[in-house]
Amino acid sequence: MKGYLFILTSLWFLYLVSCTPTDQCQTLPILGNQDIQGTDTLYPEIPDFNFMNQDSQEITLATFDNQFYVVDFFFISCPTICPKVKKQMLRVYHHFEKEPRLVFLSHTIDVRHDTIPRLKSYAEGLQVDTDKWHFVTGSEEEIYQIAGHYFSVARKDESSPGGFDHSGRLILVDEKKHVRSFCDGTDPESVDQFIKDIQCLLDES
Amino acid sequence: MSRKRCAWIILFLVGAALIGCQLPYEQGRELYVSACANCHMEDGSGLAELIPPLNGSDLVRRNPDLLPCLVRYGMEGPVTVNGITYNEAMAPVTGLNDVELANILNYIQYQWGDPDRFYSPDEIRRILKGCDSRPVILDFSAEE
Ligand code: HEC
Repeated sequence: MKGYLFILTSLWFLYLVSCTPTDQCQTLPILGNQDIQGTDTLYPEIPDFNFMNQDSQEITLATFDNQFYVVDFFFISCPTICPKVKKQMLRVYHHFEKEPRLVFLSHTIDVRHDTIPRLKSYAEGLQVDTDKWHFVTGSEEEIYQIAGHYFSVARKDESSPGGFDHSGRLILVDEKKHVRSFCDGTDPESVDQFIKDIQCLLDES
Repeated sequence: MSRKRCAWIILFLVGAALIGCQLPYEQGRELYVSACANCHMEDGSGLAELIPPLNGSDLVRRNPDLLPCLVRYGMEGPVTVNGITYNEAMAPVTGLNDVELANILNYIQYQWGDPDRFYSPDEIRRILKGCDSRPVILDFSAEE
């Protein structure tokens, strides 16, 4: 009997030692296909864009100079995953509310209905700060195209509920405009890890 | 007492405890998760000041007769829940028959509203007959 107990305890100990996840930071990779030219390795960067936010301010890549930002795609009348994703995005927002280096960027994919005044009242409903979280609209084509650079899908699709097909990812972009991490915005655990990733990246720089 | 009999009794007690622990309105919960949780969240908490909560909602508790029409035909205009005013439209929830609707609402009342409020499918049918087949718009002045 004693022998069994000893083996069990040691197994339990081994399990604890080997399976407890560590909270240590590892450098996040730059995501996307790299291009090796001679001795240089080129990483994909987010190209420039030109959108308008809920206060009719022009939002371009330069808006995020020296900042990190988190991206998602949504539409206001979305009957499926969007509110869930927004709730998680809001959680990330509150987690980093006092962190000036991190801002948020949500793109509507329903530019016809989600006008600037509607985006404004949406932002007010979420009770977030306009300087920290931009809700943008713009040319439909430009929005659908930029989604690809964020490893996301956004497009019209008659067969999808609400008329649009899109992924519920949250994407992290660093100050050099490289994508460094993303998560499934419908899965709180995936978002937990994402929050850790953001913290690591902020600590690192 | 013989060992065997004792074992039987224990088995019986454990079984009874397991059955007793199961949530009523299991189908209601599943339907809720697939038809409502995208917006109102699995825990019924809603989303900031955009989508009202069902969990602890005074409207759910005080106006139970409004719920069948509201789900079947949707809802528009401002609505005040626990002192906060929301104003996004809720689209009609299609594809639920009267029994399924009763199951969802029973789950919501049991879990987050008035646990003694029970809707039978017949009651759902009766309430639905009495409402217009268009989105519910609350008379704001009457709400206060
Ligand atoms: C597409 C998102 C969405 C879905 C799906 C949805 N609702 Fe709603 N619901 C809303 C919004 C938005 C309001 C507020 C409407 C308004 O402001 O007029 C609301 C209001 C309500 C209210 C009244 C206010 C309150 O919180 O007490 C109830 C009750 C309700 N919904 C129940 C349900 C039930 C039950 C389901 C599933 C069968 C459901 N809803 C599905 C978005 C949704």
